[in-house]
Amino acid sequence: MAVPQAKVDALAARIAGLSFEREGWLGAARVEALSRLSSMGLPGKRDEYWRYTDPTDLIQPRTATAALFDAGDEPPVFDAIDRITLVFVDGVFDAAASDDPALAGVEITRLSQAPDLHWARDLYGVLEARGQSPVQRPLAALATAFATDGLLIRVTGKAAKPVSLVYRHDSETSDAILHHCVRLDPGAELTLLESGPGAARFTTAMEVEVADGARFHHVRVQGRDHQRRAATHVFARLGAESLFKSFTLTANGVLTRNEVVLELAGDDGVAHVAGAAMGDGAFHHDDTVFITHDAERCESRQVFKKVLKHGAVGVFQGKILVKQGAQKTDGYQISQSLLLDEDCQFLAKPELEIYADDVKCSHGSTSGAIDETALFYLRSRGVPLRSAQALLVLAFLAEAIGEIEDELIVEDIRQRLENWLARHEY
Amino acid sequence: MLEIKNLHVKLEEEDKPILKGVNLTVEAGKVHAIMGPNGSGKSTLSYVLAGREGYAVTEGSATLDGEDLLALEPEERAAAGLFLAFQYPVEIPGVGNMTFLRTAVNAQRKARGEEEMSAGDFLKVVREKAKRLKIDAEMLKRPVNVGFSGGEKKRNEILQMAMLEPKMCILDETDSGLDVDAMKLVSEGVNALRDAGRAFLVITHYQRLLDHIAPDVVHIMADGRIVKTGGPELALEVEKNGYADILAETL
Ligand SMILES: Nc1ncnc2c1ncn2[C@@H]1O[C@H](COP(=O)(O)OP(=O)(O)OP(=O)(O)O)[C@@H](O)[C@H]1O
Ligand SMILES: [Mg+2]
Repeated sequence: MAVPQAKVDALAARIAGLSFEREGWLGAARVEALSRLSSMGLPGKRDEYWRYTDPTDLIQPRTATAALFDAGDEPPVFDAIDRITLVFVDGVFDAAASDDPALAGVEITRLSQAPDLHWARDLYGVLEARGQSPVQRPLAALATAFATDGLLIRVTGKAAKPVSLVYRHDSETSDAILHHCVRLDPGAELTLLESGPGAARFTTAMEVEVADGARFHHVRVQGRDHQRRAATHVFARLGAESLFKSFTLTANGVLTRNEVVLELAGDDGVAHVAGAAMGDGAFHHDDTVFITHDAERCESRQVFKKVLKHGAVGVFQGKILVKQGAQKTDGYQISQSLLLDEDCQFLAKPELEIYADDVKCSHGSTSGAIDETALFYLRSRGVPLRSAQALLVLAFLAEAIGEIEDELIVEDIRQRLENWLARHEY
Repeated sequence: MLEIKNLHVKLEEEDKPILKGVNLTVEAGKVHAIMGPNGSGKSTLSYVLAGREGYAVTEGSATLDGEDLLALEPEERAAAGLFLAFQYPVEIPGVGNMTFLRTAVNAQRKARGEEEMSAGDFLKVVREKAKRLKIDAEMLKRPVNVGFSGGEKKRNEILQMAMLEPKMCILDETDSGLDVDAMKLVSEGVNALRDAGRAFLVITHYQRLLDHIAPDVVHIMADGRIVKTGGPELALEVEKNGYADILAETL
């Protein structure tokens, strides 16, 4: 199908100012990504996959400005976690601000300086390209083609510490495009942390290859900057008996689209994706998830919770595709929103598509207010209104937070949620 | 301790009067029972005292040790020493029973300007009190009332009461749904708390509970009023003959 002229023009305008690295060992992958991107065009308002989220601000040639944000006395995210920290400022790796990336069990190379790495050559753009069907994700192809920085992380054993990517936002007009590749060798294990807004506009793709028996934990806290915009993509392919667990906390941010595309390619794999989003006022948060079961006895869970008020909008598009032969699939999906007042909106599109006959799949989506009876019960025991509300909001989020395994990280996330609730009147 | 005068209450939404002039005084150290037909307004009275939304007081007053209860938020009433054991205890998925209890105990302490209880002390006290009510450790870990049987929920109410040590305890049909042994446990829980500085208002349909918790005074409520007040013998009369005679005599 020919790309409409308006889309061709929009793409030309968007990439006009971007530098394109045709040379080097990733040049071929970038050229292919650009050709994918050209054949799709950028997302448009009328695209089915963008029905609930207006992509305009994510595709326009220059980003809208985003005021810098002061987190006040809230400690940095993951402060209490023993980790190695790698810092990006407006999408540019900052070696001086980062820890030495030497870590037992892990090899970390900066994308822009990497020598030809076989494993990365086999991964860069590959999972993204696979993820373009059956639905197109042009912004991910954009990230593959035009990423100016990123990390190539190879995990050969059990990582001695979590690797923590910190994305600072230092310029009101920064427009960052990153691409990371992570490969976990058979039996390897890594906890990857991501935090911060990244830039005024942050477009990213991360490809994660989880080999047989490997375990990947991912916890992300997107920045509290009110005016930041982000389009993120995680593509992962899971081998046999592997584990993938991802949790994202999003509090604030005028526009966020988080796409996760997972493929369970080996038997007995486990994939969990969860998110908690807190929005007050100008907040549009979109979780778009696509999980493909292409092997036997795999388990997948999607748990997405949103707390909305003052006109905030939450979107969930979640799909479980069970391919023929993916017997004994156990698929679960829940998306819920808690509306703290009457003028917010939750739009959910849960989908199941099943071509195997011996599977267990369930999905549910709800939207509701705080339970007044429970609120009264708590208050009747002496719990003040605000604390009672906070308890109930945290209870609402509990299933999503429960997807994080590390207790210290859970504590960090809970504290941030409590802080957010304390800051926002409702 | 608790003084209710000419209390008139209607539903906020429907303009439907439910309490039509309740007068009731419960003195410190005493146990009062309220009996009465279904729908006579017993639970409504308890909810209005505890501060539930949805009811409008159109006339009358309710005070606790002289303090105007009706002017206080529910949590302030709790901090002032009022406790209601719910007829239908509420399930709260996602909030652990322990977290709930500790938050409540410490919130009340804080409101009264007392020091919060340390995690260690708290655990010790809860365990001991739970044991007496035969609430096992596993139940304490579960979310509040979620998956509890009817009787377990009622015992959990009494555990909360034991932890909070309120001075005015209202028990709304805490006996319903309890087996014989649980009824004994709950009664023992109540009796253990009886002292000169504390009062109870026990709403029940059955004499059986009153066998265990001997009341000082028994009231009969009908159509939104206390229509008769007497001693323990009044409960026996209801048990034997039902409400028909009493209601006929008050018309
Ligand atoms: N929120 C409400 N909406 C509609 N009707 C109500 C509401 N609350 C109470 N009522 C009505 O008020 C009357 C009194 O109810 P209440 O629950 O106080 O009775 P009760 O004496 O506790 O009865 P029971 O012995 O069955 O527990 C009933 O007719 C009930 O239907
Ligand atoms: Mg009742």
